[in-house]
Amino acid sequence: MTDASADQSKWSMVGKDPWTMPIEKIDLSHPGIWQANEFLPFMERLRLEDPVHYCAESAVGPYWSITKYKDIMQVDTSPEIFSSEPTIGIVDTYDEYTLPSFISMDPPKHDEQRRIAQPVVAPANLKRLEHLIRQRVCNILDELPLETEFDWVKEVSIELTTQMLATLFDFPFESRHKLTFWSDAATAIPGAGVVASNEERWAAMEECLQVFTGLWNERVNAEPGNDLVSMLAHGEATQNMSPMEYLGNIILLIVGGNDTTRNSISGGVMALNENPAEYDKLRADRSIIPNMVSEIIRWQTPLAYMRRTALVDTELGGKQIKAGDKVVMWYASGNQDSEVIDRADEFLIDRDKARQHLSFGFGLHRCMGNRLAEMQLRILWEEIMQRFDMVEVVGQPERVYSSFVKGYTHLPVKLHGLN
Amino acid sequence: MAGLHAAERSSLLLRRTSWYRSALEIKGPRFMVKIKFIEHSGQEHDVETNPGASVMIAAVSNGVPGIDADCGGACSCATCHVYVDQEWLEKTGEINPTEEAMLSLSTDRKDNSRLSCQIQVTEDLDGLVVTMPEFQF
Ligand code: HEM
Ligand code: FES
Repeated sequence: MTDASADQSKWSMVGKDPWTMPIEKIDLSHPGIWQANEFLPFMERLRLEDPVHYCAESAVGPYWSITKYKDIMQVDTSPEIFSSEPTIGIVDTYDEYTLPSFISMDPPKHDEQRRIAQPVVAPANLKRLEHLIRQRVCNILDELPLETEFDWVKEVSIELTTQMLATLFDFPFESRHKLTFWSDAATAIPGAGVVASNEERWAAMEECLQVFTGLWNERVNAEPGNDLVSMLAHGEATQNMSPMEYLGNIILLIVGGNDTTRNSISGGVMALNENPAEYDKLRADRSIIPNMVSEIIRWQTPLAYMRRTALVDTELGGKQIKAGDKVVMWYASGNQDSEVIDRADEFLIDRDKARQHLSFGFGLHRCMGNRLAEMQLRILWEEIMQRFDMVEVVGQPERVYSSFVKGYTHLPVKLHGLN
Repeated sequence: MAGLHAAERSSLLLRRTSWYRSALEIKGPRFMVKIKFIEHSGQEHDVETNPGASVMIAAVSNGVPGIDADCGGACSCATCHVYVDQEWLEKTGEINPTEEAMLSLSTDRKDNSRLSCQIQVTEDLDGLVVTMPEFQF
């Protein structure tokens, strides 16, 4: 909850000149420049002058920054050199309270577990949920006031994401805010607001397991339904999961689809406001929406990075990376790399090959929910365009204090109806 | 541009984008290979392409729908999934370990599944028939 101007940490880059400061001091891991939205020129300098960059001292210890599209691809597609264990966050977690989930596992364990969970978000299943998701989107949009300022993040991005999660799990609708709480608790740093201690966090996870076990028992004895719990309970590969495996999968699905989708919803509104010519293109031709959705996800890059750990000594971009080193793939930088993406610094909703972005990662860990995320955003924008001429940003946005989750905490808007 | 062959024109266009670099190994005039792509709906697309590029490039550069190829041929997205007609399977070559790993995560995997970016077009493949899955995932 720190405000950028109050970001007094000695590690903060806020206010430093990205082009003249000593390059070895550039540290992208500190949240300050992300909240202040000043990260772009730092990344640009690294791409130009030191694309595989070693930061020897930071609040999270030494680490490598990988900033170019092709180098990121290389790291992402070499799991035998760059491991996802023990964690994909920049901070090492040595804590018995972390739930095992396949996002931070290497093959073969990763592949076995992902194969179990994957069918629930496969496009064929999503198709069956589309109608219900559209109804929920319509309900929220129909309740919004015209010509009155409100917070898009709270009223739409968070509410919609929460409702969509509830829809996907066919979770009791009145208790849907529990899903958001469990998601926040699962990723929370104890003491930073959501939970006070690891014990408290674990209590939240136990509650989550209890509630979802109830749902499982209810559905395993009923006819197979279209929701994710029913699919897991009736699925050949999943019906014999252990409780911890079940919980791990549920939490990964909740967490994976929470902040990311939420911030893509906010990010799209912001990008269209900053690029009025693109908003005009959208008004003129709504068939651009699927392409625009990919461009929004590139532009927003809801997860700024994924971290790997080198298993062996290796070379990348002429630099010697040692076994055990932390390696951070900055998707937010690779997505701006004009060597691979034409006019990468422009938001173009009708761009060619819009799907060619790094926001979902690549390789074995490529986002499992990517089709779900795209479907949600597509439906949302189809329905927004049915109702509103413009979602106008009318004040300063506030951004998340994190170098991992890239997004908004507040976005004041006013809606203008179709004339 | 008028004197250029259609394939050369499209390869000139492709030259501007680095992710198609693998398509540019091709030099000189050559024998054109015919490939038939069949969408899940049954809709057929016949294309002619140069040996040397991949089957994925042949589809994308000829505007065949149903192949997303998000990673541009790096064998790391599995959105170029096709089913190879049984009689052609052997001629398309071995599945490499990375391709096997990506395919093994697919929900629509079949015995004749391949990632089309990993099949190199050769003159032996003239007449190749591949079918697309309902969704790329
Ligand atoms: C725009 C929205 C989203 C973005 C930008 C995003 C981003 C990512 C990224 C970058 C990864 C790669 C992790 C890695 O390489 O280590 C990932 C993995 C994952 N995502 Fe998403 N995600 C989004 C939406 C979702 C949704 C809606 C779900 C819910 C089902 C989801 C579930 C997952 C899961 C389960 C993984 C782990 C895959 C694995 O390790 O094999 N994501 N996501
Ligand atoms: S294009 Fe990505 S795997 Fe073939």
